[in-house]
Parts: sequence; C-alpha cells; structure tokens
Amino acid sequence: MDFTIKTMADYAAEGKMPEVLFFVGCMGSFDDRAKKVTKSLCKILHKVGVEFAVLGQEESCNGDPAKRAGNEFIFQMMAHTNIEIMNGYGVKKIVTACPHCFNIIKNEYPGLGGNYEVLHHTQFLRKLMEEGRLKIEGGIFKGKKIIFHDPCYLGRGNGEYEAPRQLLQKLDAELVEMKRCKSNGLCCGAGGAQMFKEPEKGNKDINVERTEEALGESPNIIATGCPFCNTMMTDGVKHFNNTEVSVKDIAELLAEADDL
Amino acid sequence: MQYIDNIIFFIALVVGFGLFFKSLKEIYRNIQLGKESNRSDQKSKRWETMAKVALGQSKMGKRPIAGFFHVIVYVGFVIINIELLEIIVDGIFGTHRFLAIIFGDSLYGAFTATLEILAFLVIIAVVVFFIRRNFYGVKRLTMKELFGWPKHDANWILIIEFALMVAFLTMNSSDWVLQQRQVLAANGSFPVSSTLLGPIFQNFGDGALIFTERGAWWFHFIGILFFMNYLYYSKHLHIILAFPNTWYANLEPKGKFNNLDSVTAEIKLMMDPNADPYAATPDADPNAVPEKFGASDIFDLKQVQLLNAYSCTECGRCTAVCPANITGKKLSPRKIMMDTRDRIEEVGRNINKNGKFVDDGKKLLDDHIQREEVWACTTCNACVEACPILIDPLSIIIEMRRFLVMEQSAAPQELNQMMSNIENNAAPWQYNQADRLKWASE
Repeated sequence: MDFTIKTMADYAAEGKMPEVLFFVGCMGSFDDRAKKVTKSLCKILHKVGVEFAVLGQEESCNGDPAKRAGNEFIFQMMAHTNIEIMNGYGVKKIVTACPHCFNIIKNEYPGLGGNYEVLHHTQFLRKLMEEGRLKIEGGIFKGKKIIFHDPCYLGRGNGEYEAPRQLLQKLDAELVEMKRCKSNGLCCGAGGAQMFKEPEKGNKDINVERTEEALGESPNIIATGCPFCNTMMTDGVKHFNNTEVSVKDIAELLAEADDL
Repeated sequence: MQYIDNIIFFIALVVGFGLFFKSLKEIYRNIQLGKESNRSDQKSKRWETMAKVALGQSKMGKRPIAGFFHVIVYVGFVIINIELLEIIVDGIFGTHRFLAIIFGDSLYGAFTATLEILAFLVIIAVVVFFIRRNFYGVKRLTMKELFGWPKHDANWILIIEFALMVAFLTMNSSDWVLQQRQVLAANGSFPVSSTLLGPIFQNFGDGALIFTERGAWWFHFIGILFFMNYLYYSKHLHIILAFPNTWYANLEPKGKFNNLDSVTAEIKLMMDPNADPYAATPDADPNAVPEKFGASDIFDLKQVQLLNAYSCTECGRCTAVCPANITGKKLSPRKIMMDTRDRIEEVGRNINKNGKFVDDGKKLLDDHIQREEVWACTTCNACVEACPILIDPLSIIIEMRRFLVMEQSAAPQELNQMMSNIENNAAPWQYNQADRLKWASE
C-alpha cells in the first residue's frame, strides 16, 4: 500500500472524525485472498478522497459465525466489545466488505446498544458513484462476460440485489445472470458457520453445485460481494480444473478498472 | 314426520360444526404450549401482509403452473362456500334455492352460473394436481418424507374435492332438468350442468331426478361437514391457518436473528468492571428455574413457530430450494415443520389422555429431528423466501443449535474450535488480534 491506513485511534488523536469506519472483519484482516479485497476497497476510497478509518487491533470478530452456530454468549461478548469501542469513538457510519459483518452490525447490534448507519461496500460505492465522486470506466472489461453470485446475507437477508449489479453494469462488460439469482439465489455453502466445518454427508458440495451453475453460463469472471462466497467459488472453480475463469470481488474489479 | 329432514339436517349441522370447533380449540390449546411470540406490533403492516400473501396469494405465482391451478381451487373454494349459506337456510327451513328470492332472477342467474363454471374449473385443477402428484414425478412431491400418510392425505383431499364438485354439478343438472319439466320453479342459470350432465339426466323419470337431486344435495352438505372435520388431521389445515400465520409473520429483515435477553444480562454483568460477582440479586426468586437456552422440544419454541408447523401444507417449495437438500444432505426444511407438527400432536394426545402433559421421555430434537439435519443448514433463508405462506423453518433450526451449543456443548468439534478461537483471539482462526492490521503494511 502506498498510503497509510489510519485507525480510529489515529483520528481521535488528531481530534477528528472520519467520514466512515471501514469494518474490515476477520476474513478481510487475515485471509490472504480477502485481504486483496480489503486493499482494493481502501485504494478506491483513498483515490476518491473518502476519509475512512479502520479499528485495527481494536476490532473483534462481529460474532456472526458463533451466533449462527448457536453460541449466543460468544456472539454477544464480541458484539458488546465492538459496540463499546465504536460508541466510544462516536462512530456513526460503517462500511463493510462482508455481508455477514454488514447484516449483524446493521440488524443485531442495535438491540445491544449499537446504532449505526451500516452499508455494504457495494452500497457505499454505488452512493459514491451516484454522487459523482466515484467515476467508473470499465474499458479493460470490454467483451468480457461477468456473472454475479448473490450473497445470501446481502440479498435475501437484507433485500439488496441492485447495488452490486448497478456497479457491474458500469464496467462495459456483459452482465449475465444465473438461473438461480437474486431472491432465488443459491447459497455458496459457507454461511451459518459452515465455512468452519466439513459439510454433512451428501452427494455433492454446495459450492461445487453453485460453481457448476455459474460456469454453465461460460463467464470470464465470477463476481462476488462476500469474502466467504469468494473462497467457496474459487474452490469450486479449482474443483473443475478451470483456469480460465477468475473469481473477483466487485471492489477488486472496480480497482482494476481504475488501474489501482 | 314432515320435519324429519329438517331435524336430521340441524343435528348434522350442529354436530359437524361442534366437532370442528372442538378441533380448533385443541389446536389453539396446543399452540399455547409454546412461548409467547410478541408479534402484535405494526398492525396495519400485518393486515397488509395477510391480505397480500394469504388472501391475494402473492407468492403462489413463483411456480406458475401450480400457482395457476391453486388460484382456481382457492377462488372456487371460497366462492362455492357462499353456497353453503343457501344450503344451511334451505336445510333448516325446508326451502329450495332460498337465495333466488333474495337475489332476484338476473343476479341469481349470474351467481349460479359463476359457481357452475368455478366448480368445473376446480374439477379440472384437481385432476391436474392428482396427475402431477402421482404420475408426473415432480421431485418435491415424491420425496421420502412424504411416504405414508402425507401422500395419502394429499390424494384424499383431491378426491374429496373432486367428489364434492361432482356432487354439486349432479345436483344442479338434475335440478335443471326438473326445472325444464316445470316440476321445480325455474331459478338460476346452469351453463355447465345443462350441457355436460343435463342431457344424461333427460332420460330419468321425475322421481329418480328428485332422488338424485336430493342425494347430491345431502352428499354435498355432509361432504362439506366431513371435509371440515378432516382438516385437523390433514395438511390441508392451511386453508384456515394461512391467514393467522401470515398475520404473525416476521416483518424484520430475514438476516436478522433475535438476541437472547437472558444472555445480554449475563454479558453485561460480566463486562461491568464495577459488578460484584458475589452480590445476590435483590429480588431473585430462589425457586426460579434458570432459563433454558434454545429449544429441544416444542415447549421451548415460540407460539408462532408452532402455528407455522400447523399451517404447513407440505408443498416442499422450501426443500426444493434448500442448498443442503439439493446436494443430498439430510436436511429438509419441510421435514423440520412436519416433525414439529408431529411432536405437537404427540404432546396434544398425551394431554388429552392424561389431563396434562406427562413426560413421555421424548423430545422434538433427536426423537424427530436429527442433529445431522440441524448442522447441515447454511442459514441462507432460501426456505423462508420460498414459503408461500411465510413459514420460517430456519428459526427452529437456530433454536436447536442454541440448545445443542449452550445447553449441551454438543457442537461439531470443528465449530468448538472456531468458537474458542473467537473467544480467545476475537477471530474464528488462531490469529493474534495484534496482527489485525498487518495487511495494511504488506
């Protein structure tokens, strides 16, 4: 990174408040693949001139995998820790690149005293685009076919189907849909803490089923908006020994389009 | 003796409705076994949801073929039952086609003609459904959880509806011929009966026709009473319960799960540096039973979840879109709902027999729903989205996970690992929290 990522603590020390807190999440912080998405989003925000901060070492897991696995105790421990820190800084607006962080902070934190305006990064980027701050020129994607896989916790969970598509449409690529898309979208198989365990016995892995469907439309790129989906679809593409198709987060595609 | 018909009719009516209300009362009692749901906020939104989803069938169109025929049967059912009003008045007072006097010639003609056409369409729809269900091989209608009673039940419903409609048209046809012969006063218009069955009945004598008309009339009436009382034992209960079920539906975003208040209190105490862990809570009841986390039986579920179970018509749209089920895992959201209802019924029978619930050594979890099913769910909400009447199987699965994890510490080993990582490192993997910002300098 050729610029410094500032934390909320940095801003507080300067006596300032950033426009938005970027809640990075565990995947975005530690997973090698998801870190690229984190960096892409930072690059875009930096380029556009959005003042943003992260929590850095003060951030804790949002608690989603524990809650979905049934462990309300650990979820609330994490939630209270995060809320205490974010309220301490007076955080108002949060952007995340993970629908699981997005969903839980938006919907489940308010009941525990954490009230913020929470946006998924595709929603935030769309807003920047509508405000004319973010310009998208997708020349390098001309002639390419992009297919979008709806993350459950963004789509069905919170009814957001359009923001990611509106961004992708700006990329000069051909946007294709799978048969199961939007409210009928098929899960990547990672939600509900499935990411952290072997699946139950069946005929097939869910991510293989989903990737097969995506590959059936012969895209060049499978676009995702969730680090869990990203991993699952990447594994799926590998399962089919396909080296042609790449799996990319929308933030990565936008950063690439701008040569960031 | 001339009133014997009316008396028999009246007794049948009272017994039929009496038994029906007894069933409804039992269902209500059984639903009360669950915990309170707190779902009576936002009343206008709830009425709107009910009007749209239950009355307006807004979610049935997603599968157009089934949706189209379902609407026919539904509209037919609702409108043809206006006829019940006429049957009741005629039956009690010994009148014939009493609505004709009230409605007047042209309106009564339109009314009977509408009923005729609807009855005919219902017959077609019911036949299509029967073929589709038994011979066409729609996957969600031929899965193993439907073997036995659920499959017979579905067919019985179709057969009963078929018989009721045929009786209705037979009654009209013989009536029509009798009207032609001026044995009965000319009332109503019968576009289907006059062309379809009427010509056959032309060869009957007056007596045989009157007998047929009365026979069909009684069959239709007794059939409706029977059908009404059959509902309690049938998946067809949805024709009534779809309405309260959609009224009490979840209005929050689907991704939002409830936070357990009992846990919040604990966590707050734990995180408060000034709290004295040894201090006794001043107003604590020494005999209070500690709150149970999650659900292992129907008593732990919310009332709305039990209502969900009674409302389920086992159409399997949930299971057809479940990613776990699609890929061959044991989970079927429909089975979760069927199991829940089976268990409520089991408990209900227990209460009927003993006056109150006597522990039968069984539970919903393990005796009906297997842990393997509970752990296969990705919480993707596809089942919730798919349900035409807004049933939420996912919420039951989550309550069972809560029970397994917080009461029994019985999560799969890998999940225990994940949870202890979160507890110790604030991330589901074994990374140091101090490294959270490392990506920024890489």
